[in-house]
This record gives sequence, C-alpha cells and structure tokens, in this order.
Amino acid sequence: MSGPVPVHVEVNGTEHTLEVEPRLLLVHALRENLGLTGTHVGCDTSNCGACTVHLDGRAVKSCTVLAVQADGAKVTTIEGIGTEDDLHPLQEAFWNDHALQCGYCTPGMIMAAAGILADNPNPTEEEVRHGLEGNLCRCTGYHNIVKAVLDAAKTKGPEVAA
Amino acid sequence: MSAVAEHHVGKALRRKEDPRLITGRARYVDDIALPGMLWAAFVRSPEAHAKIVSVDASAAKARPGVHAVFTIDDMTDLTGPLPMAWVPPGITVNNPEHWPLAKGTVRFVGDPVAVVIGEDRYAVVDAAEDVVVEYDPLPVVTDPEEALKAETHVLHQDIGSNQTHEWSLGGGDLDAGFAEADVVVEHRVVNHRTAGAPIEPRGVLADYRAGSLTMWTATQVPHFVRLFTALLLGMSEEKVRVIAPEVGGGFGAKLQMTGEELLCAWASRKLGWPVKWIATRTEDMATTHQGRDQIAYCKMGLKRDGSITAFHVKIIADFGAYNMLLTPTIPALGAFVMSGVYKMPALQTDIVGVFTNKCPTDAIRGAGRPEATHMIELMMDQAADELGMDPLEIRRKNFIPKEDFPAELPIGVVYDSGDYEKSLDKLLEHVDVAAFRKEQAELRSKGIYRGIGFSTYTEICGLAPTRVVGPEGFGNQAGFWESSMVRVHNTGAVTAYTGASPHGQGHETSFAQIVADRLGVDPAVVEVMHGDTGVGPEGRNTYGSRSLAVGGESLAKCAVKIADKAKAIVAHHLEASPEDIEVSGDKFSVKGSPDKGMTLAEVAGAAYLNQVPDGMEPGLEATTFWEPENFVFPFGAHAAIVDLDPDTGKVKLIRYVAVDDCGNAINPLLIDGQVHGGVVHAIGQALYERVHYDDDGQLVTGTFVDYALPTAAELPPIETDRTVTPSPVNSLGVKGVGEAGTIAASAAVTNAVTDALRPLGVSYINMPLSPMRIWEAINEAKGASPEGGANA
Amino acid sequence: MIPAEFDYTAPDTLEEAIKALGDGGEDAKLLAGGHSLIPLMKLRLAAPSLLVDLRKVPGLHGVQRENGSWRIGALTPHVEIERNSELGVLSAAAGTIADPQVRNRGTIGGSLVHGDPASDLPAILLILEGTVTAMGPNGQREVAASELFQDYLQTSIEPTEVVTEVHVPPVEGWGYGYHKFNRRSEDWAMVAVSAVVKKSGDTVEDVRVGLTNMGSVPLRASAVEEALRGQPLNADTIASAAEQADQGTDPPADLNASTEYKRHLARVLTRRALSDAAGLS
Repeated sequence: MSGPVPVHVEVNGTEHTLEVEPRLLLVHALRENLGLTGTHVGCDTSNCGACTVHLDGRAVKSCTVLAVQADGAKVTTIEGIGTEDDLHPLQEAFWNDHALQCGYCTPGMIMAAAGILADNPNPTEEEVRHGLEGNLCRCTGYHNIVKAVLDAAKTKGPEVAA
Repeated sequence: MSAVAEHHVGKALRRKEDPRLITGRARYVDDIALPGMLWAAFVRSPEAHAKIVSVDASAAKARPGVHAVFTIDDMTDLTGPLPMAWVPPGITVNNPEHWPLAKGTVRFVGDPVAVVIGEDRYAVVDAAEDVVVEYDPLPVVTDPEEALKAETHVLHQDIGSNQTHEWSLGGGDLDAGFAEADVVVEHRVVNHRTAGAPIEPRGVLADYRAGSLTMWTATQVPHFVRLFTALLLGMSEEKVRVIAPEVGGGFGAKLQMTGEELLCAWASRKLGWPVKWIATRTEDMATTHQGRDQIAYCKMGLKRDGSITAFHVKIIADFGAYNMLLTPTIPALGAFVMSGVYKMPALQTDIVGVFTNKCPTDAIRGAGRPEATHMIELMMDQAADELGMDPLEIRRKNFIPKEDFPAELPIGVVYDSGDYEKSLDKLLEHVDVAAFRKEQAELRSKGIYRGIGFSTYTEICGLAPTRVVGPEGFGNQAGFWESSMVRVHNTGAVTAYTGASPHGQGHETSFAQIVADRLGVDPAVVEVMHGDTGVGPEGRNTYGSRSLAVGGESLAKCAVKIADKAKAIVAHHLEASPEDIEVSGDKFSVKGSPDKGMTLAEVAGAAYLNQVPDGMEPGLEATTFWEPENFVFPFGAHAAIVDLDPDTGKVKLIRYVAVDDCGNAINPLLIDGQVHGGVVHAIGQALYERVHYDDDGQLVTGTFVDYALPTAAELPPIETDRTVTPSPVNSLGVKGVGEAGTIAASAAVTNAVTDALRPLGVSYINMPLSPMRIWEAINEAKGASPEGGANA
Repeated sequence: MIPAEFDYTAPDTLEEAIKALGDGGEDAKLLAGGHSLIPLMKLRLAAPSLLVDLRKVPGLHGVQRENGSWRIGALTPHVEIERNSELGVLSAAAGTIADPQVRNRGTIGGSLVHGDPASDLPAILLILEGTVTAMGPNGQREVAASELFQDYLQTSIEPTEVVTEVHVPPVEGWGYGYHKFNRRSEDWAMVAVSAVVKKSGDTVEDVRVGLTNMGSVPLRASAVEEALRGQPLNADTIASAAEQADQGTDPPADLNASTEYKRHLARVLTRRALSDAAGLS
C-alpha cells in the first residue's frame, strides 16, 4: 500500500501541510491531526451531519470526504466561524433560542444552517426544515433549531453567510 | 413551601453551558487524547446464536502496532460478571452470567468475542478483521412468544428456559370488576423495539497508572460505573475515578455499566497504557441496549356510562440475550402507573420477561411508562369507540378528581398532586375540536383523511424513596437520594456540586438559578460541577427524570444550610437576631432595613477570616444528602393531528400540541426544550423508528439509513403550554419533565392515525405506523387483496 | 467507519487517469465526489486496491448548452443541476437526492456510473434518452442510457473507462413530473416515478415514464407509455394507463416495502407523475 500522501489544506484561514494515509477521513484529519475537535462523528453512513464543515464554501459531510480530496482546498469548521467573544450570528441565535441540549449535533447543525443561509438569506420555515434534512438531532425535536436559523436570518440578514 | 424570594428561578435564562458547545470547544470522550494512548476494536459475532469453536488471533497479533488480542479466557482476574443491580421485589429473577466478552457462546449479533488493542485507531480495525472465529450455529429465536414456548431454542442452558421471571402488581377485585362491566374491550398492543440513539455513540477512555484508574466515559451514571468497576476489578473504590465529560445525549442508552467500559479499564491495567474505545454508529446500533419491545394483552371492563370497572394487562417483555443493569425493572415501572390518570377500582399488571437472540433491552427514555401510557390511551379510545362515546368525554368521566390528591391508588401508589381537567381544558384552548371535526368532514369529501388523537397521561418519576423502592417496599436494594455540596469561595463566588450527571439537560443553568436565589447572588457566579466522582460527594446520577425533583431539591436544601449560616454571621456582625435576616436582592439584610446588610462576598470574607459567632466553625461550605418521601407524578394532555394519504398509507404529522404540568418552573426555556425532544422521540417511534431483527437474528436496521430517526423535514413545530400544579414532595414544588413528552406522545399519534383510518374501516392498528402497514390495514379492512388498484 | 487501506493517485490529465485505472487492475476504482463509494468503503462493503481521484482532471465540471442540448460535466455536483431549473425533470430529481451536503459533493457522473436502481438520476437519464461519453484506452464512445444500466450496481462502462460528460437532449416542450416516495425526505426512494409528456393539442404526442427502485436496474414503464401515446390526455386516460405501471416488474422486497406494495406504489406514483406532467395536478 502507498505511504503517506501530502495534503496542503487551509483550515479556518491557517495553511497546513499534512502527511496522511490515503484512507484518512477529513473529519479525522481535522479532529486528530489538527486538534479541531468541534467537528463530531455521529454515524458511519453520511446521515447524521454532525461532521458538517464547509469545503471551499460549501457544506459537506467531512466523514464522507477523504483528507486527500481536500488537498488545495479551504476548510471552515465550527471553530472558524466565531469565538466566545465574537459569536457568529447563528451561534448567538442557537444560544438565545435554546437550540441545543447535549450539543453534540450542534456544530454540524450550525455549519449546515450557515450553508442554507449563504444560498438563501431569507428562507421560509419549510426551506429551513428541508435544508436541515441531512442533520440529526435527538434532543431538541428541531423546534428551537429551526427557530434559531429563522431568527438569525431575520435579525442579521446577509451577515450570516459564513 | 420555600420562603425564598425568587429572582432567578422561573426565568427563561439562556444556558451557561452553551458558549463552549456552540463554538466547538466542548470536550466529549472522543475529544480527549492521552500520551501513549492505545485503541481498542472489538471482534463481534455475526451469528445470533452459536458456540464459539475457536478463536485464532495469530494474524492479528502479528500486525505492526498491535499490543494484544484478548478473549474472556484472559480476564481471569475479574471478581464477577456484569451487574444486574435492580429487580422487582419478592421473586427470583433468572440471571445468567454476562461477561464483557462472550464465554463459549454468543447470543446475539454483535456479542463481543475478542478485543484488539493497538496503537492506531485505523490499524486496530484492520487487525480485528484478521481475528478468525469459528462458530457452530445454534437454533435462533427472536420472537418472545415463541421463545417462551421453545424447548430447543433455550439461550441459557443453565437456566433451562427462556423465561426470566414473572411478577405482578395489582389492587382491587379484578373478577368483580369484570363481572360488573357492561362491555369488555380487548387488544394485543405491540410496543416495538427502539433504540435510544443519542447522536454521540458510546465511548470510553481508561487510564490506569500507579495503582489508580481514571475513566472518561459517555455515561449518565458515573457514580455507578465507579462502584461497579472498582468491585469487578477488585480495586479499592477510592482508587477509581470516573468522569462523565461532555456527554452527547443519553436517553437511557447510557444508563449502564457496559462490558466495553469494564474491558477498557481492565486492559489499561493489564497493559499499563491508556485504552480508548469509541463505538461506530453501526456498532452502537447493534450493541447498545435497546428499549420497549413489549407485547401486552390488554383487557378493560367498563360500565355503559364509560366508567372503568377493571383493567388487566399481561406484558410479555423481550429482554434480549441478557439482563443488563435494570432490565427486569423496566416493565415494572410501567405497572406503577397502569392506572394512568383514571380511577380504576380493580387493576392488575402481570409481567413475564423473556430471553431472545437479540441485543439486550433496558431503560430508554420513559422506560416502561411510555409503554403503559400507550396501552392505556389506546384502550381509552377503543373503549370510547365501543361505547359510542367521545374520546375526551370518556377520559373526563374517569379522571381522578383534583380533590382526591394526594391520591392513593388500589395498587398502593400515591399520586402526589394533579389536576387533569385543568390540563385538558388548557389543551382545548389550543385545539378547537368542534372546528376540527367540521374541517375533517370537509377534507374527507375531498379524499384527504385527517385525524386527531389525544393522550392524557401521568407518569412516575423523581426516583426514588427508599420507603417505596427500598428493601421494605418494592424491594430494590435502596432508594435513590441525591447529594449536593455548596462551597462559597472567599470572594462570594459559589461552586455547587451535584451527584446528578447531566447530558444535555442544562443543570449548570437551572441548578445555578436555584442556588442563586437562596444566596443572593447572580447565577453567573454559581458554577455547577457534576459528573466527576473525584470531585464532590457520592452521587446517584441522572435517569428517570430525577435530576431536578431530587438533585435540585437536594441542592436547594444545601444552599439553605449555607444561607442559615450566613444569616448567623450577618446577625453577629450587624448585632441583630438571625431570624431577622433575610435574603433581599443581592444582600443578606435586616428585615425592614434593606440597606442594612452584607453581600455574600462580605459574609464569605468574614467566614474565612474566622469572624464568626463563638462556637461556629469558620468557612462557608455545606453538604446535603436528600431523599424524597414519594415519587412525583407529572401529567398533561397532548393532541396530535395527522394527514393520511389513503393511496400510499403515508402519514404526515401536521400539528402537535403538548400541555404539560411539571409543577413549578425553574427555567421555562429548558422545560419547553425537554418537551420538544421528548415528544419527537415518541413521534419517531410511532411513525419512523424500528429496531428489527429477521428470523435468523440478523439486525436489519443497523445504521441510520435503516433506523429512521425523524429529521426536521418530517416534523411540524411542537406547540407547548403548561399548567402549574406544584408537587408537595419537595420545597421547590417541581416534578421531572425529561421523559414526559415521550411517555405521552406515541399514543396521541397512534390515536390520531386511527381516527383518520376509521372511515376506511380500520379501527385498531399497532405501531410502527409505516406506510406499508397502513396500506395493508386499509386493504385488509376492504377485504381486497393487496393487489388492489391504485385508484381503489 | 474506517475504510480498508488502498493506494491513491490524483492524476492531472484524463489520459493519466485512464492509464492509472488500467495499470491498477480490476480492483482499481475511480473517485469522483465519493458519495456512493466512500460510504461503502467505510462499511467495508467495498475495498478497492487503488483509488484514481479525478479532482485534478480539467474540463469535467459544469452545465453547458450546445445546439439546444445539454452537456454536463461528469464531476458536476447535484446542487448545480438542482439549481438549473431549465433542466426540468433532471433538476427536480437532483433536488431530491439525500440532503444538501450530499448534493454539494455527489456528482452526476458518479451517481450514474454507480448504477444503483434506487438512485434518482439513472431513470431520469433513461426517460430523457440521454447519453454519456466514456473515454478509455481505446478512445471515446457514446453510451445511450438504454445501454448503460446492465444490472444491480453494474453499468456498461468498462473498468478502464472514465465517463467525462452526460448529454441530455432539449427538454423544452415536455411537461414533467417526479414523484419520489420515501419515509423521510433524506431517504432513498422506496419507489420513484418520473414522467415527461409532449402534447400535441389535447393528445399525447410522446410520453416516457421512468421507474426507480422497481428492479435491479432503472426501468421504463413501456406499457404505460404505449397506452397513452396518441391518446387524449386527461385524468381518466392517465389513471387507466397508470394501472399498467408495474407490468413486467419484480421489485425486490425490503423491510419497509413488499414487492406488492412497491408495485402498488408504482401505479399510484405513475398516475401522480403523469398528472403533473400533463399539468392536471
């Protein structure tokens, strides 16, 4: 089998060069090679969306992308969109609206929501619900998540595009 | 009742725990790495029932970076098998040995046979594939009723049958009740198997160094895991520290002492390095204990006027391959509330537990009580139909009236408080049934089948008083008190420790609100610590909607102890009597002179500088262990409205309204959140989710592709409202709410679907309400063959 | 969760990719978006020895119009097709694939060549009578949709060939309908039916009906098409024709749908898809 493959990737604005096994999943590269553990793994069939990050500006499931496929790409993770002192409008809305309980799905949910709003800054409730169909949450029944995404869109408008 | 002035309690404060969670800075088990850490990968049985003929690990051991491959033969120093710690009273439960790795026989698909320990997360998975296990298949039984009859398909030969136990709880004269009845309604109510499916799979990191063991584990019950790990490894308990770090949901699935936890701890001790295991989703679906899986033969007797004369339920509970921590107790929890919100002069629940070649079952959100509500509420609708009564009228006819509380039931349970008319009335403020019926008739003329269903429920939670569940009562080994410790620091900042162990419920916020009001500080300076057996007192953890009603009350009492000491110190300094000191805003002040007082910071300063009354210890810290006198009984009234496509059988939930009463509200935001999630958990069971094994014992629904958790796209908003009937059991007047939604909702949805189906000739249907099942039911009612045309 | 080990190469040109595939032998696999392949590899249901990643190969992206027909690069993600409403039924079907993240990453070429009869796009290509361009060691060839899907997860694309483009004839003048039946909106189709109808006055000039997940390959409901062609288009003719939707099919049963139920769904969905296509819904 081939040895490690070099991967040049920009993550949250910082350039990295990694040497990885070809089979390394992007989510594991982010979590274990770069220490960005905010991106989570909840399934092995691309259903739950807990691993959602942005790859060249589009929301993707990083458990279904090989790290080598991200060579030359820009990746944004939950750690890259806001900090405790400077929250992203979606982070703020999730907090205000109690859109999370255990928090495990939350980073993926926020990144998926950012993807929705980047394409459609003023979505309807129905559009938000369908836009989140690739993300599973077991705690909230989605009620407050949908509310938070709509609130973020309403109060912050185009600012929300990550 | 509390005499505390409440400034923070009752407010919808946003959560203190959220900043780390929304920024990706929280730490779950898999986020923790230690130097020298090894990885574990399990070799699991692909057979549902087989003798293990041989295990050849030579190829796996030869792989680079593999440190060891273990089977149960290597684990000779365990002091015993995995625990079944709680059982129903007065009987013997057949309890086969259950080891972390299979001993000679595998009994369900996923039963672990061996474990590979190595240096690399990916390489151990490769090595596990190289372990060759030879199996000699044995007969498989997956149907619990078949398993009870089976003589050749016995799972545990030493027991000789697949029956675990029989247990009954009854009260009143059943025979007389049925003799008195004008009508008797009978149904076989199936409550199919489901998964808890928290989005974070199970996982553990065990680090044994220099005689001490530290474990980080995705658990609801770190205190239990510490106790059992110490006992089973033969370690002194103080040498074992168990930490539940950030835990990504539990729903009962993490209320367990698992073989994987014990094995990682054992392997770390054996190998001298930290050992980590993180379940894949597929592994989690196959091996994390599942829930429900009950078949209930329900028989209800009623008078012509709708009043219930007797209710008899026989439950066949499928326990899967082994008993887990509290498996035999789960259906018993349902028996405690089999009377629902109704007067039932005669009531009996008979329970039979059964082993089958499936993953074990144990507590999943609601644990026995969703099953009970489902039976009761389906039977109420069936009885109404039989008697030609309105489903709400028959409920009101049988409600235990509010003047009866505390209400002692014939089965010996005492409901603490309730006002069922009030919650139903509140529900009907949101749902105009008359208008609905008109709309329903109009839509039917256009071929749209809309249905409404109700569920008026109560449940038993806030586990639990020794008086009831201890050795003298229902016979468990002990009740479940909860511990608290409050430490006021020099500056007046507060650390509050609780023995409850949250995994999303928001204790860091709601418990801070409780403490803050009692000490005259802002919740922002109250840090709530939990989930670490190395910090704070021994605890009893989180399950059974007990955290607030038991842990919260314990903490309130502990804070009051601090407040009492503070008052004495303030009185000493202001030359007043302690009785004249009160918490007013942000001060301990003299009654009637609000500007004359001391802040908690000033009190703490005095306490630590030993400027306290003669004979008083310095410092400002207290510990409380508190146990309730009774359970608490939340209740409510829910309604579901569905649209049914008669051509395809597909159901769309279009509206759900939940009115719940969990006593006084500490933080309404958190209550609504619990109800939303709880309700959707049961909607999931009713319409989408199902754990299914085929006749060969193969798990057909082993991934999130097949195990269909609902997404946002399938659901409407969940409308919530509350009534407030304080509990007399605790000074906060609170009841649990974590399971209430789940306990109520499957019946409301099923009744709504049945309501939609009635004009199509279907008057009863069991979950899961999948499109095909509904289509088949419609066809059966028509007497048509399933080949009937699309326009039929 | 963890794929088995494999070799990896990301060639810069199509020629190199074809050569790498040839050199890699029968266990070499092409990697486009990876959204069919990587999930199988993670469950170890697929374990290729070599992955040839097309991401650096130029010219495989984008949707272009040429002489009225559509030329779609094989690496075009579903989302770009979804957002191009001029593509009619193809766009509508692409918008129902899984979820937004999958649509951002999964590609039309990858989806077609994977040959899953439960996928949305294969039956659409069939009813649009599109083609794919395959490049291999022996040069380029056009493969008609009707020749593409051979068996379950098997297409007529050779292991050493790379699909570079998808061609779709003009869709103007055709009404369309797509009805996908699943339990959750992110799920695969339990059954889906696609229909396109070209009217001449009130009669059906031409009609094509595609069936998804009704057999080991995507199918055309020929009996329905024949029953409607040249007939007046109204609710009655559609209902009557739709009754033949499952003719000749033998869909495999699964946990959520028996063979009988799938056949029933095909009839119901055909009626609905045709009604949409006829503008009668």
